[in-house]
Formats: sequence, structure tokens, C-alpha cells
Amino acid sequence: MQDSRFTVPGMRCAGCIAKIERGLEQVDGVEAARVNFSAKRVAVRHGETLGEQDLIDAIAQIGFEAQPVADNPLATDDREQKALLRALAVAGFGMMNIMLLSVSVWSGAGGVTRELFHWLSALIALPVIAYSGRPFFSSAAMALRHRRTNMDVPISIGVLLATALSVHETIIGGPHAYFDSAVMLLFFLLAGRALDATMRNKTREGIGALLSRMGKSARVLDECGGSRTVAAEDLEPGMLMLVAAGDALAADGTIEEGDTALDNSMLTGESAPQPVATGDLVHAGAVNLGNPVRVRVTAASSDTALARIARMMDEAGQSRSQYVRIADRASRLYAPAVHTLALLAFAGWMIAGAGWHQSLIIAIAVLIITCPCAMGLAVPAAQVVASGALAKRGLLVKDGSALERLAEVDVALFDKTGTLTLGEPVPDLDHLTARQASIALALARTSRHPLSKGIAKHLETQGVRPTDVSEMREESGKGLTASFGGVPVAFVRPEGTVAGIATRLTIGEEQVDITFHDAIRADAGDAIRALAELGVQASVLSGDRAAPVEEVANSLGLEWRAGLLPGEKLSLLEDIKAAGHRPLMVGDGINDGPALAAAHASIAPGTASDVSQQAADAVFLGKALMPVALAVRVARKTMQIVRQNFALAVIYNVLAVPLALAGLATPLIAAVAMSLSSLIVVGNSLRLARAAG
Amino acid sequence: MTGLAFLIPIALGLGLLGLAAFFWAMRKGQFEDLDGAAQRILIDDEEDGE
Repeated sequence: MQDSRFTVPGMRCAGCIAKIERGLEQVDGVEAARVNFSAKRVAVRHGETLGEQDLIDAIAQIGFEAQPVADNPLATDDREQKALLRALAVAGFGMMNIMLLSVSVWSGAGGVTRELFHWLSALIALPVIAYSGRPFFSSAAMALRHRRTNMDVPISIGVLLATALSVHETIIGGPHAYFDSAVMLLFFLLAGRALDATMRNKTREGIGALLSRMGKSARVLDECGGSRTVAAEDLEPGMLMLVAAGDALAADGTIEEGDTALDNSMLTGESAPQPVATGDLVHAGAVNLGNPVRVRVTAASSDTALARIARMMDEAGQSRSQYVRIADRASRLYAPAVHTLALLAFAGWMIAGAGWHQSLIIAIAVLIITCPCAMGLAVPAAQVVASGALAKRGLLVKDGSALERLAEVDVALFDKTGTLTLGEPVPDLDHLTARQASIALALARTSRHPLSKGIAKHLETQGVRPTDVSEMREESGKGLTASFGGVPVAFVRPEGTVAGIATRLTIGEEQVDITFHDAIRADAGDAIRALAELGVQASVLSGDRAAPVEEVANSLGLEWRAGLLPGEKLSLLEDIKAAGHRPLMVGDGINDGPALAAAHASIAPGTASDVSQQAADAVFLGKALMPVALAVRVARKTMQIVRQNFALAVIYNVLAVPLALAGLATPLIAAVAMSLSSLIVVGNSLRLARAAG
Repeated sequence: MTGLAFLIPIALGLGLLGLAAFFWAMRKGQFEDLDGAAQRILIDDEEDGE
């Protein structure tokens, strides 16, 4: 028995879950199949006799496209989220039980009862703080070791001092113990962290499911004529790959046998397919549009043109890791201010002659009161709500830092092929008669050829019904032939060279050409205008030839640059950044990768190459371009709410700190102030839920 | 006062029970596929009602 996992991006409803699970369980050798709908995955437990390919075929029979996934690559992120959830649960348990005891103390329990309750609180609080506080303590320790400070430093100091003071008060039988404040603080902050982690995980699952769609392996032919699947990184120069129509090349090589057209749009931005024949050099990442070809590998894994781009991306991404998030910027101001204030309170009361014990209690009360409860929630609460609202509109934001950078962009640079345009060949079918259309559909829907699939999809959406054709035969390189009531019908390659891609439908003596073009996204104009309203000037950076770029750019009224190599796109972006702008890069190709990594913020469409999706801050799904403009608008709105949240936290401190300084802050006041300010911040953040509407 | 000797351990015990139940649910993967759980109630039972 072994387990295999597949990603099935096509499942959308309860029916799909049932169909896949029941369909797979009927396959011989499959013991169990379980769908994870959130991750769009299916885990199959099956016997040794079944291979991955058999299961993919079985899923295809059920009607879904599947790709094998390597062992859960998200396990580590998952672990972090689970650890946070466990810490949150423990903190919640501790908070409720301590509060139960604290309420009795506040209501006037005195003497032995109060002491007993304080001891019980200590008994609960100490292990809870030791367990739930770890995420903060370890992060604070890490920051201090690097001689920096972050939000976790004042949090850790506050929690630890409050606990120490409370233990001391408990031992000497004092009236005030702050166990409830310390645990409540941890609970609220952990809630913020857990939300943040959940948001990141959800996006990564979504993007992970998309990522695995591109070919990461190749069919390799061996000497005896058999073939096996080899992962891209295990390919070696000299191997012979069989590249079927619709497959992406996994390594650089020369064509040994066959001629076809390659879609290089991912690699170079070039929209017109490149005809290649025996002896031509081809690059990893290109997609075979035509006939199956045999390719002799000349360079694999780290030597490919693809890998060189990946290295360029790594270097370009360095600047982004230096970005300082708003919470850390705030804590750089906040932590010294709070600690100075506590110190001043201690010194002030000492000078006033209050004695070191009382002065210390007041200083610690100041720390507890100012502990950044609302501050810690201010950023994650707003970002979680915003990214949830954006996800509903088809935009997956990778993390909070991405939202912060998206809010700051002032120029937008678009790639053409696959970004402003849909990047898939759309057939022009309007000149077909009804009879021709129904024959075309009958032919096209049986083929897995990308052009046939495009024709079938468009005719089906137009409501065309296929006729009955018989004797269907697909000959690679020649076309598709069949018989329609005795009349021979076929899809053949047109003779001579036609501009762009085309196919010819023949019905007996009748001939009609179907051409394909790459359509501009329907709402591209609206999206560009929406960006302009936000003060973001857009322009086009493309690796394609000048003529098609100019056509698209002019129809949208944009500035353009064409024929750019990946390195040139990167240096253009560096120039824009050096001029003081903060560019937003939107692109899908592998050639956009370095630019996506270098830009201040970047967005890739869901159809983009793996590297682009990994480099981008956000991924938008579907055919609309509007999510790009929406992302900038919602990101700005989010930052506005975050700043409001900070202002609310400051107002709360202005009100509460004088009480603490005057020595009037009892545990009851601390608890009420803390929960009230947190609730206000969360409530304010919830207003973002409607921001993307 | 004697009442407290019973009530406090009971309160704590119930809380711990809830915490243990949450940990168990998390370990068993009850929160792995929240969207899927929402969809699954719409799936009709098998006809042979297994």
C-alpha cells in the first residue's frame, strides 16, 4: 500500500468531491481516496500495481485534470500555524479560568480566599505563560541577539515582568496580582498571530495548487524503446525526451525528430509561436503547441536558460527582504518610549519618597497598561480582513508585507502576453456557418491538441451542438480526419505560411481557415483607468516584437517598450526605483521573474509560470485584470485602517497611562482597558470586509 | 468555603477537558479542510446506504 497525492485544480463543488472519491474507489487497486477541498488535492491510498500515471488517467476518466504533487511541501508552514493554534487554545483556557478567580477577587473576596485564589491563578498562569508565550519569547530573544528590537521585545518584557510581580505579590499576600492581564495579553496577541498564519497558509495552498500545473517532469525514451517519467532535476544531457502536444519542455535541447510550433511566451514574451524543426535549439519552459517531437537534452536543471533567470531573480529579490514592516517600524518608536516612561515612573516615585517596592509596582503597572495589545492586533486584524475580502474577488495575497508594499506603489508596469492579454489562442469563429461550426466542434472535442481544445471550448460556450461524425482518426503532424455522412471532413494544417497560428477545416471540397489571436483581457482598459484614478501610471514592458506590443499598448493608451530581455526588464526596474518611484510589476512569464522579484510589489496571473508566481506578492485568478487595481485600492484602504488602529491604540495609552503613573491602575482597570481597546481595533478592522465590494 | 473545594477542581477539570478535546480534534485533522467539510453535507449518501 502506498499513498499518492494529486492536485486537482478543477474541483469546484460538492459533486466534484463525490465524483472523484467514488470514482477512484471503484478503480482496481485503490483502497481509499480522500479529497481536501480547501487545498484542491486528493490523497489516494493504493496498491503497488498502480502507478502515478494510472491514477492520473483514472482521474481524467472521471473528468478532471490532475497533477502529482510531491510530499506536502507546505508541512512546515502548517506546523507553525498549528503551534500557534495550540498556544492560543492553552492561553484561552488559562485566561478564562484565571478570570473566573479574578472576578471573585475584584468583587471583594479577601483574606484567605484571596490568597488561595491568587495561588490558584499562579498555578494556572505559570505553565500557560511558559507554553503560550514561546512564540513571543523566542522571537524577542532572536531580535535581541541581533541587537535589534521588534514588537515582541516590549511584549515579552511586559508579560514576564507582570508575571514576576504577580508571583511576588502572591507570595507576600499582596492585594493585586496581574496574572489575568498577562494571560489575556498573550491570548489577544496570539489570536492576531494565528489569524495572520491562517491567511498566509490559505493563500499558499491556493498558489501551491496552481504551481504544480506546469510540467516538472519529462517522458524519457530509453534504448529498448520504452519510456519512463523523469523529474526535471534528474534529467541529464544526452537523454531523449518525448514532448507531446501541450507539454512544457523540462530541459534545454535540440530537436532530434519532428517539427512543430513552440509557444515561447513564458520564456521571452513572444506571442507568435516559433516554428521549429529537426536540429533547432529549444529551451526549457517552452510549450509544444503542435506535434509530438523528440528532443535530445543538451542542458538540464541548473544549466538551462531557465535556471540562469532563476539566479538573476534570487539576486533581484534581495532588496525586498530588507523591507521593514509597519509594525516593526512602529515598535522601533514604541518600545523605547514605553520603557523610558516606566523608568521615569520608577524614578519619579522614588524621588517622591514612595519606597522601592511601591515604585517598582507602579513602573510595572505602566508596562502592563501600555503593553501593545491593541498595537499587536492593529496590523494583522486589518490585513486578515482585507486579504479575505480580496480572496473573494479572486486575488490571493501572500502575506501582510505584500499588502503594505502594494499600498505604496506609484507606477505600474505590465507585461503584455498573458498579462494584458489572456495568453491563450482564441479562435476567430464568426465566419463559420452553423453546419461548419457543428462539424468543427464534433472534430475538435475529441482531440487533446491545444488548438482543438480552444476551438471546442469556444464553440461550446456559443451553444453549438456537435453533429455525429464517424471514423475519427488523429494523425500526429497531419491533422484530424473523420467522416460526416460519407463526406470526408478534416482539420488540416494550411499550406504556405499564414500569419499567426491557423488551422483549416475541410468538408468535402469546402475549405475554411480558422485563425487564432491572443485577445486582450476584456476589462484591461477599465483596470488601467482605475489604476490611473489611484494615481498609478501604467506602461507596458514586453519581450515581444514591437508591432504586437504597439498594437496592444495603443489600444489601451499606454507607453510601451518592446523586445526586452529579462535582464533589460530588470535594469529598467532598477532605474525606476533609483528615480524614487515604487514600481508595481505585473507579469506572468519566466522572463518577467527577475523584474517581479525586484519590483517594490508584484502581481502575477494564475496562469503564470511557476517562477513568476513564486516571485510575485499576489496572484489573481480568472480572466479579469481588475483585481490588480482592486489590490492597490484595498491595500491603501488597509493601511489607512492600520494607521487608524495605531491612532486608537495611542489614544488608549494617553488615557490609561496617567492612571498607571498615578498608581491607580488596578488589575481590574488593566483588564477592562486591554479588552476594550482590542475590541475597538478589531471592530475597526472589520470595516474592511466591504472594502473590496 | 467547602463548596469551593469541589467547584474549583470541577471547573478546571471541565476546562481541561475542552482543551484536550480541541487538541485531539487538531491532531486528527478535523480542521484540515474546512471548505470541504462545508461542501460534504451536500453530497447524497450512497444508494446502498453503507
